[in-house]
Amino acid sequence: MIITSIADHILSPIGQTSEETFRNLRAGDTAMRVHAFPGVPEAVCASLLDEEALRPLYEALSLKERFTTFEKRLILSISSAAARTDIDLASDRVLFILSTTKGNISLLDQAEGFPPERVHLGVSARRIARHFGNERMPIVVSNACISGVCALLTGMRALREGWCDYAVVAGTDVQSRFIITGFQSFKALSQAPCRPFDAARDGLNPGEAAATVILTRAETAPWEWVRGAVRNDANHISGPSRTGEGSFQALEAALQGVDRRELAFVNVHGTATAYNDEMESIALHRAGLDAVPVTGLKGVFGHTMGAAGILECILSMRALEAGVVLPTAGYDTCGVSYPLQISNVERPAKGNAFVKVISGFGGCNAALTVRKR
Amino acid sequence: MRTTHKVEITPTSVVLDGRLLPFRESGEALLTEVYRQRVGDWPKFFKMDLLSKVGFLAAELLLEAEGDRHRGGSDRAVILSGRSGSLCDDRDYQQLIADPDDFYPSPSVFVYTLPNIVTGEIAIRNGWHGETMYYALEEYDPAALAAYATLAFTDPQTRSALCGWVECPAHEDFYANMEIIER
Repeated sequence: MIITSIADHILSPIGQTSEETFRNLRAGDTAMRVHAFPGVPEAVCASLLDEEALRPLYEALSLKERFTTFEKRLILSISSAAARTDIDLASDRVLFILSTTKGNISLLDQAEGFPPERVHLGVSARRIARHFGNERMPIVVSNACISGVCALLTGMRALREGWCDYAVVAGTDVQSRFIITGFQSFKALSQAPCRPFDAARDGLNPGEAAATVILTRAETAPWEWVRGAVRNDANHISGPSRTGEGSFQALEAALQGVDRRELAFVNVHGTATAYNDEMESIALHRAGLDAVPVTGLKGVFGHTMGAAGILECILSMRALEAGVVLPTAGYDTCGVSYPLQISNVERPAKGNAFVKVISGFGGCNAALTVRKR
Repeated sequence: MRTTHKVEITPTSVVLDGRLLPFRESGEALLTEVYRQRVGDWPKFFKMDLLSKVGFLAAELLLEAEGDRHRGGSDRAVILSGRSGSLCDDRDYQQLIADPDDFYPSPSVFVYTLPNIVTGEIAIRNGWHGETMYYALEEYDPAALAAYATLAFTDPQTRSALCGWVECPAHEDFYANMEIIER
């Protein structure tokens, strides 16, 4: 028995499906630009979804009640992924697993007529599941920036434990004054498109996307979601470990029994903050991955938070199918202690698996291995 | 899987393994009293948000009951859940940025606007590199909490977990019900 994926979907500023996003990504598209964000003193360089452009897509969903922007994006992504399958989302054998860091947090600023409890992630998630007629209590993973990978891992585990026959794993975050001013207070934002692993990197870009993967069990299938793990740095709540301990340990656990030569690439977190990328280079070196190509996507999509782990896994699957290692936009000159096999141009891929690695506040790190069979 | 120790903290009581512990204070002052009486050597406590304070103290009491202090390693997970997540600190942060003319987004408040930070605080205190995870739930649900804890044991390295419910809907209002479980 293996865990496999049978459908996925990406809603991003450069595409309304996984395929369109992947195609436009390879063509060099990006929506990264400088925005004047309402109520935020400084301009923000970000990759944001355009609510006006999404309106017709929302209308096609025939929503029977009012939903927040956060909820509409998830419903849209889940509907689009499920439309490619014959799954009955209302079935009690379907488990919804949602990934977000801040959900409906903007309701604290502007309630928009929603009741106060709507800011609770569990309450909002239940509304989303009920839209699909699903009465099972959804699982909501809120584990900072690694939420997406944790949600996928939770889905894999729930399937192995027999909790469900299908796990619908979806994630998003809506950029808001709340989040952006917070990152600004940390001096973590770059004023220009970010430069992962580059010597001139100076911070991250906020990003928006919604992404869904539907997982199930199978005897044999084209994709195998092999193994994943979560490990903590036990070092600092907002600074990555100097030794990359948690990331290294997560990689080691996720790659147990996987021949490094099988790996076509590592998809890194690569936020382009000074400390994150340095930490990741140390962790990858310690995990014996110096010779494996590395790719980071934040230079195109920014940091999409609750969507990031899911979005980046889907695009990694598409890259593996296409036989390419995606370029790392913004990278030019190595700016980390351990040089990586990283490039700003697309390269042919050798290998039939990838590992996704990700890190977040609270010292948490996750890694997940996916294989094409 | 078996539960080895349990703790419950409310604004007026602390119950460890079924025994009511004697404290005088209530509300957030109770937490400071618990810290001074039972911990005392981790000044970072005073920088924590309310959610982290409650989760941290619950963990400290469980480890006190366990005796021989479990330090380091990757064999112990920290799996916590709640309804409100970091909402108490979220509101504090929102207040700091609400007025564009009196604008003070403080990084030390912002960092706690993530509900998993409490799991990180516990991991840091004990040097634990095991899994840390936060799940949001619509309502307190012991069956769901028990099920979430079992997921951590699907990781072959997990031998024990510190898990349960920690909830802070507002200042002075909190509830923790946490336990140590072993494989």
